Amino acid sequence: MIAVQELRVRFGQGAGSVQAVDGVSFDVAEGETFGLVGESGCGKSTILRALCGLNPAWTGAVAIAGAPLARPPGRAFFRRVQMVFQDPYASLHPRHTVNTTLMEPLAIHGMDDRDRRVAEVLLQVGLGPAFRYRYPHQLSGGQRQRLAIARALILEPRVLLLDEPTSALDVSVQAEILNLLSDIRAARGLTCLLVSHDLAVIAHLCDRLAVMQHGRIVEQLDVGMLAGGRTNTAYGTSLLQASLGYDRRLARAGIEEGPI
Amino acid sequence: MKTWLTAEITTSAFHARAQRFYYGWLRLRANRLAFAGFCILVGLCVVAILAPLLAPEGSNEQSLALRLRPPSREHWFGTDELGRDIFARIVWGARITIRISCLVAVIAAPIGLAVGTAAGYFGGWVDTVLMRLNDIFLSFPGLILALGFVAALGPGIGNAVIAIALTAWPPIARLARAETLTIRASDYIAAVRIQGAGPLRIILRHIVPMCVPSVVVRITLNMAGIILTAAGLGFLGLGAQPPTPEWGAMLSTGRQNMLGAWWLAAVPGLAILLTSLAFNLFGDGLRDVLDPRSE
Repeated sequence: MIAVQELRVRFGQGAGSVQAVDGVSFDVAEGETFGLVGESGCGKSTILRALCGLNPAWTGAVAIAGAPLARPPGRAFFRRVQMVFQDPYASLHPRHTVNTTLMEPLAIHGMDDRDRRVAEVLLQVGLGPAFRYRYPHQLSGGQRQRLAIARALILEPRVLLLDEPTSALDVSVQAEILNLLSDIRAARGLTCLLVSHDLAVIAHLCDRLAVMQHGRIVEQLDVGMLAGGRTNTAYGTSLLQASLGYDRRLARAGIEEGPI
Repeated sequence: MKTWLTAEITTSAFHARAQRFYYGWLRLRANRLAFAGFCILVGLCVVAILAPLLAPEGSNEQSLALRLRPPSREHWFGTDELGRDIFARIVWGARITIRISCLVAVIAAPIGLAVGTAAGYFGGWVDTVLMRLNDIFLSFPGLILALGFVAALGPGIGNAVIAIALTAWPPIARLARAETLTIRASDYIAAVRIQGAGPLRIILRHIVPMCVPSVVVRITLNMAGIILTAAGLGFLGLGAQPPTPEWGAMLSTGRQNMLGAWWLAAVPGLAILLTSLAFNLFGDGLRDVLDPRSE
């Protein structure tokens, strides 16, 4: 469903440029959820932005749903691929009501039956009709993220790109959003690409994952290996141990070895 | 009505908008100075609308026997050198002032918004061309540029409005461009881009609504300057022509008799001062009212 070959993204030109993504290749099968995990700045979000056409400065070969990714992608592309952003406080237009936000993609693509579609998708993400004419500032963080998910779903895409969908939320709300995502994925048979630095989130949602460091994929695992702690590289192991919680002994060892 | 306006659950797009408007109104009410400015402006509009009732004799009724009379019971603000009642002229002049400021706002704000958002959103050579053009306009003092335009177009209120509008749009364009640059990079614009929206739709439906509050505030604060420029043009004889009761022109003719008859210059001067002050106070409060963060 998603095939990425030798993807490279470079920011800037000349001496000050940064190779944010350096030759990344992976495949995601239909209906599968693939995770990209790594520390901040390793290029995982950059991959997502390139895949959805927000960053045209990439090289390599990308095919989504069988069609190669064009620059800029045509309108039809956006009906197949949608994205949920990290921060629901930044990704919703402050002057648009829930209704306006959801009507907008329908209007862009000239879809019919708009009223029913909006009502349906609101129910599906667990926001009732009472929320339909509210402004984002009247919603909580979790409700905002539900709205952002609804906006991504309303075009009925086949591929959903998720950019750390829970990291801006309270811990108590994170679980709700994760369950919502996994329900929706099952109900719609979505193919998902999930970016996170949180191995617990990856383990909850993903079938397979790739560990990234410095713009490269260090190793690919399936979720069973992750649960069993069977990582193949030193970096993967240290990431896994870091996710198990703070450990004084490990932290000290990390200082002696220098930063990972 | 009140429960409807403060309801927790809004049931329609109209309801949601009405509720936002209502909360904005409450914030305006809470700001006393801004509300005072608002009241003066409303009062000005009422006076302009009711001009035929307040001064039924019209603004040009001459009576040379009664020239240069000081303020009295019959003539509240006195009479001028042709024996015209100054109160009547101020009342009818309010119509001209309101017409000038509204027309300038209606012409300058859309031009400034369009230029600024286009320059900010597209960047590159579009930005360079539009902003250098903007710099040319900004490098002249407003009144001088307006003088030049009026001199080229010919004196009169209509031409004065065009000239003032041409000097009023560049600061608005700068403001809109600066806002657009921050909005363009935000996630909600990225989100609508990956829904497949084109540039025109993004600018009109997503960027412009975010720029409008600051532009409205800016133009309200500019309104005082616009009135003063209009009065200045009238004062120099390039705006309203006699016998039009424009406040600046009245001030200008009153100057000749200022030592003997202070009310000729003082009354239109006070009217200009009060209106400018009201616009400034109101504009300042409007900033708080329109800021979405305060909702």
